Amino acid sequence: MTAQELFDWFEKSFAPKIQGKTEFRGETTFTISAIDLRDIAKFCRDELSLDYLLDITSIDNFGEEPRFEIVYHLYSMPHAAHLRLKLTVSEEIAAVASVSDIWPTANWHEREIYDMMGLRFDGHPDLRRILMWDGYPYFPLRKDFPLEGLRSEMPDVAFTKVTPLEGGPFVTVPTTAGSKDREPRARPPEL
Amino acid sequence: MSAASAGASVNLASRIISTLQLNRLFVIPQEWQQLFETCRKRFDDLFVGSLYFIYVKVWPVFLLRLRNAILVFYYMSETQATSYDSKIEGNIIFTRLDAALNWVRKNSLWPMPMGLACCAIELMATAASRFDIARFGAEVMRFSPRQCDVMIVAGTVTYKMALAVKRIYEQMPEPKWVIAMGACASTGGMYRSYAVLQGIDQLLPVDVYISGCPPRPEALLAGLMKLQEKISRQGAFRDQNPELAEKLEDALA
Repeated sequence: MTAQELFDWFEKSFAPKIQGKTEFRGETTFTISAIDLRDIAKFCRDELSLDYLLDITSIDNFGEEPRFEIVYHLYSMPHAAHLRLKLTVSEEIAAVASVSDIWPTANWHEREIYDMMGLRFDGHPDLRRILMWDGYPYFPLRKDFPLEGLRSEMPDVAFTKVTPLEGGPFVTVPTTAGSKDREPRARPPEL
Repeated sequence: MSAASAGASVNLASRIISTLQLNRLFVIPQEWQQLFETCRKRFDDLFVGSLYFIYVKVWPVFLLRLRNAILVFYYMSETQATSYDSKIEGNIIFTRLDAALNWVRKNSLWPMPMGLACCAIELMATAASRFDIARFGAEVMRFSPRQCDVMIVAGTVTYKMALAVKRIYEQMPEPKWVIAMGACASTGGMYRSYAVLQGIDQLLPVDVYISGCPPRPEALLAGLMKLQEKISRQGAFRDQNPELAEKLEDALA
């Protein structure tokens, strides 16, 4: 089965549930609803042989509604095909069903998203923070979290301080100019 | 000079005690071991561990393990006579006690390898054959803080790891030193971030900072030599163990 046949089968099976389809440089992305995630995930693994979950990522579109996006990157070992699933999560709900029983590797990916973005995964067997320590009060990859961090204190566990940025953040700009101009410098956001 | 009779021994022992001075290196002839035992009873609580003999030409030098340092004694019946005496010339090393302790300490620095990021790779290279940190007596890297003298913080210290590093430092016995290896350990480096401690000196007293990202092994060796220089200038005994120094002075008074 080719990748195209795989996508056709997917579209045929879930036609009413697919909210959008984009193709970009040979990569196919389907936008779905968070409610249908588990049905679609099971179908992808069992019927479409998308047996390998490459990655789960999350996006914070701060200021938009719904605020968050979760992206599943799937791969089929037998058919050598990639498929990307996207869904949106609102800030009020901030939760989505876990797929860690479907692809066990989702366990740690979902923990990381919970840790960094504060999205919960219902049905996850062990939803603890994975990078920061239990009890850290913030979700650092949210857009409203300052780059320099926030002060926090957990006696005998860990603490954080506000980092001095000294005029930063230090960013580069896309340009064809020489390395002197490309060099990362403190560039205050242009208003 | 002989210590044949018991009376002479006691007399000599009292003279040894009367001439024992802090900040001096003492050498005692082999046949005076008995006298030395007499002295030992008086300072019994100061002598921890074993007695070592090393032979310098003819006379033995007594090295006493004192806590984690080594005390070297010599005996002279009259201090003035030591200015020149053809019989003992060349057999006695004069030095300050601090200098002797520092000499021992700085040439046997046991590192605690606190490898936290890519700097640890350079730290490993420093210990390997091409650079060979053993040339400076610092090859004994064990992951056991209780036998270590110098903590080499090699890498990015995250806030999650920070208190663990501090705890390991606190498990190290005195005297102890800290080398901040590389930009991250010194200042946080390129990580101006919510997750990274901006320099281990916020938690530990750092003796030597080494620049570089990561520093080359030569830089670490240079840092180690800087630390050796620093140690050789320290008042090892008086500053670091004033109670024991007072006790010894009282015993000698």
